[in-house]
Amino acid sequence: MKRLCLALLALALVGAPFFLKPYGIYLLSLWVVMTVAAIGLNLTLGYAGQISLAQGAFVGIGAYAAALLTTQGWPLWLAFFLAVALSLAIGWVLGYPALRVQHHYLAFVTLSFATLVFLVLRNEEWLTKGVYGIAGIPRPAPLGWSTKGPVDFYFFCLGVLALVSAGTWWLVRSPWGRAFTALRENALRADSLGVDTRRYTLMAFAIGSAIGGVSGALYAPLVQFIEPTAFSLNLSLNLLLMVMVGGSGYFLGPFLGAAVSVLLPEWMRFGSDALYLILYGTAVMALMAFCPSGLLGLAERLLKR
Amino acid sequence: MNCVLEVRGLAKAFGGISAVDGVSFDVREGEILGLIGPNGSGKSTLFNCILGQLAPSAGEVRIDGRPITGMRPCELNRLGVGRTFQLLQVFPQLTVRENLILAGQEHQGSMWSRLVGRRDAGQGAAAGRMIEFFRLQKLADEKAGALSYGQQKLLDVAMAFMAGPRLVLLDEPAGGVNPTMLAGLRERLREINAEKRATFVVIEHNMEFVMSLCTRVLVLDQGRIIAEGEPAAIRADPRVIEAYLGH
Repeated sequence: MKRLCLALLALALVGAPFFLKPYGIYLLSLWVVMTVAAIGLNLTLGYAGQISLAQGAFVGIGAYAAALLTTQGWPLWLAFFLAVALSLAIGWVLGYPALRVQHHYLAFVTLSFATLVFLVLRNEEWLTKGVYGIAGIPRPAPLGWSTKGPVDFYFFCLGVLALVSAGTWWLVRSPWGRAFTALRENALRADSLGVDTRRYTLMAFAIGSAIGGVSGALYAPLVQFIEPTAFSLNLSLNLLLMVMVGGSGYFLGPFLGAAVSVLLPEWMRFGSDALYLILYGTAVMALMAFCPSGLLGLAERLLKR
Repeated sequence: MNCVLEVRGLAKAFGGISAVDGVSFDVREGEILGLIGPNGSGKSTLFNCILGQLAPSAGEVRIDGRPITGMRPCELNRLGVGRTFQLLQVFPQLTVRENLILAGQEHQGSMWSRLVGRRDAGQGAAAGRMIEFFRLQKLADEKAGALSYGQQKLLDVAMAFMAGPRLVLLDEPAGGVNPTMLAGLRERLREINAEKRATFVVIEHNMEFVMSLCTRVLVLDQGRIIAEGEPAAIRADPRVIEAYLGH
């Protein structure tokens, strides 16, 4: 039953662009890109229990690294690789505060980091072109397949999402995933059982951030023009919401959370933006109050009845 | 007999309060040492200092003659030192089997092998044996959080033995466990002690449990050792009675 649902969903995702206008394809691509970022955060927060308000900053780091390198004429695969490696390295370093502080203190540390990254993107004009942004970001052509068209690029993004999902699926089912869960549930006990909680904490941050970098390296060629405000704290908070609303610690949580956050507002355009935000905000508050484990947690609870 | 654990002049002060105040003792290979004392006498703090969870203010701890002061708990555990905590500590979202696999998985192979290798990290068979040994077969694939308190406590103890440790420090294993289950736990501990030559240090308030399990007992009061000896002698020691009952 579950497998059938997933197969149908995959089929729908492959078929969808042929029935959509360019804007719809753009939105669906954006959903894919945000899902990738949320998968990374879900690994750090949902599985390993380390709260981060900096995932948007890693999307920014990945996007800027990819944009700067490709507009300089570097091949995309190399830019892509470097963007992800940079996010991985910075994510590893951001893990160090998590060895000392936890929960809302860690939230504040990562929040400061997100703000810092935003300020660097905005103010260091020599590197990032500041508020003018970077335009004309080329789309990749892997193995000679041009992804200039929206449908082609959508499939490129979907392919990356499939790879990231498969990798994450493997990871959370490996002994690492078990160690991440132990870290989330009781770091003290895990440490006393030989689990090197320090190393796993750093790994959780590094891998989650690297996946954020992947998302950024897709985002830049998707929108083809980036500027700092796209990666402000708002994005980090939004990604956190996607993970929480979808169901933190559920594999499919980020997919659902990103859909709620990216696609739902478009269907709810019957009123003003403000009306949507009021409805969305109220719904999220209600969900968090009655079911902190998110939509998938709610579904699980209802199915068990 | 070899000394597995040597504690020399160990002290830990919190502000002006000396929780552990110059404690020295040896634990010989294969023995079951009881550690008793009134609440607040420093037993758990002593465990935490030995096991690297707290940094002692003074003193030294050696395992097999090797100084271990400053080692992290996970490093100590890989040297063959296991522990349980006073409050129940299992991972509620993992199944019984997975709790046990987790307890063993970091003891062999590399980080890399744990990422790309087998899902059970080669611990499946050992976990199965441990489940049988502790009579947890019916619960093996239940989430640990769904077990009763006593069953979780058994699992907690079982986890400490997964990696085949030489020395295990048990902090109140009997707390909150019903008498039938407790007799079972005592039998399991005895068997492990006899077959594997594993050495135990047991903190416990349940006197009947301590006196029937341990070969030697230390009594701690206000951070100091006030008596040491065989269970029968300790039971009769006036200093011990005074420490527990006051004047």
